[in-house]
Amino acid sequence: MKAAKKSLQARGGQLSNTFTQLKVLNGKALVDTKFESFAAKLDSIGLLPLQPTGVEIFQINVGKMCNQVCKHCHVDAGPDRKEIMTKATMQLCLQALKKTNISTVDLTGGAPEMNPNFRWFVEELSAMGKHIIDRCNLTIINANKKYNDLPAFFKQHQVEVVSSLPYYSASRTDSQRGDGVFESSIKALQQLNEVGYGMDGSGLLLNLVYNPSGAFLPADQATLQQQFKQQLKRKYNIEFNQLYAITNLPVSRFLDYLIESGNYEAYMEKLVNAFNPTAAAGVMCRNTISVSWDGYLYDCDFNQMLDLKVQQKAPQHLADFNLEQLNNRSIVLNQHCYGCTAGAGSSCGGSTA
Amino acid sequence: MEQTYYNPKDLKKFGDIADHNKELADKFFDWYGSVFKEGALTAREKSLIALAVSHAVQCPYCIDAYTVDSLEKGADEEQMMEAIHVASAIKGGAVLVHGVQMMNKAKAISM
Repeated sequence: MKAAKKSLQARGGQLSNTFTQLKVLNGKALVDTKFESFAAKLDSIGLLPLQPTGVEIFQINVGKMCNQVCKHCHVDAGPDRKEIMTKATMQLCLQALKKTNISTVDLTGGAPEMNPNFRWFVEELSAMGKHIIDRCNLTIINANKKYNDLPAFFKQHQVEVVSSLPYYSASRTDSQRGDGVFESSIKALQQLNEVGYGMDGSGLLLNLVYNPSGAFLPADQATLQQQFKQQLKRKYNIEFNQLYAITNLPVSRFLDYLIESGNYEAYMEKLVNAFNPTAAAGVMCRNTISVSWDGYLYDCDFNQMLDLKVQQKAPQHLADFNLEQLNNRSIVLNQHCYGCTAGAGSSCGGSTA
Repeated sequence: MEQTYYNPKDLKKFGDIADHNKELADKFFDWYGSVFKEGALTAREKSLIALAVSHAVQCPYCIDAYTVDSLEKGADEEQMMEAIHVASAIKGGAVLVHGVQMMNKAKAISM
């Protein structure tokens, strides 16, 4: 498969439609015949209805615009996506946060830094004393002069930087994220190291994310971390804190890849067969709330991309934010959820079991 | 040719060998599972050895299985290809080193 230059939406791909994605995921040829429904699976281990353990992480998708077009992107992000969170919606986020003692705000995208109000938003969150995570794709730092000082900006606000690097070689990185991404990512990691990110005793956290570059599950997180640390230090003198191993979920462009490459059924079978009850109990949607660029609330970023808003009895928009009601909701489930419960489990913070 | 001796779907039926001798099959699968556990060698190193041996013994089931397994243990194509070259070098070397035997025999019967 060649790297695409445009999002699925801009290419007119059928799977840019969330209804079509859900139709594929719930296709009667497989669900209930070959694969048990995810809800029934949770029921069989006494976890249905799945309920929050309490919101600890407020994850905000500040927009779908991105300088990259990664093949596996569940957001279908890209340079052609114009959905961007406005300052008014960011203000609603701040108001909602003020009503709670949620300590961690996790900023994601697209490339969050491309939102014109990104820095203002980080400054506001920082002034509130929040622990801020920025899911930075690395290449944005050198994509344009105006982003070159991002490492210093992150440092100023003690932002935790979480960045994808599918492998410590160019071939596997570029095959997933686009030509030249590896080289640019290495340069950005070195720049982050220069200001202290990932260095012992600096307190500046630089964590990497490993996603498999294909239709297979991630390796053991601790083993991968050791491998990445050794190789990135040896080859490029790069240091980082932790590596998160994340499973690709069959959503949007990764779902499109699975179908196009003829791997969909085998991959779903792999996820279903690897169902781990311990991972199921520790899924991230139990302690996270996900906010979309237009202020709607979701159980996780994957549900957001499938347009599966939080249960109706809970507030569905920031304007009606109520933490107590959100903590009492039941989490919306679908077949893609098997991705978070396979093997060692998967979340935005890596393995869960 | 549609019909072949090897069918990828048969790999999933490997466990069926227990149908005709459960005791021996159980012993084999139990031992097999222990072999691949993390030990003095890492699970990734064992998977790469298995991939190399799969090529040496030319087992299509094993090649499929240990290609996926190597990737899932965190190896990449570069490491996997190097492992296959190791297997090839030993196979090729094993043929060539017998050239000495040929030379010995030829010498023995030659003037």
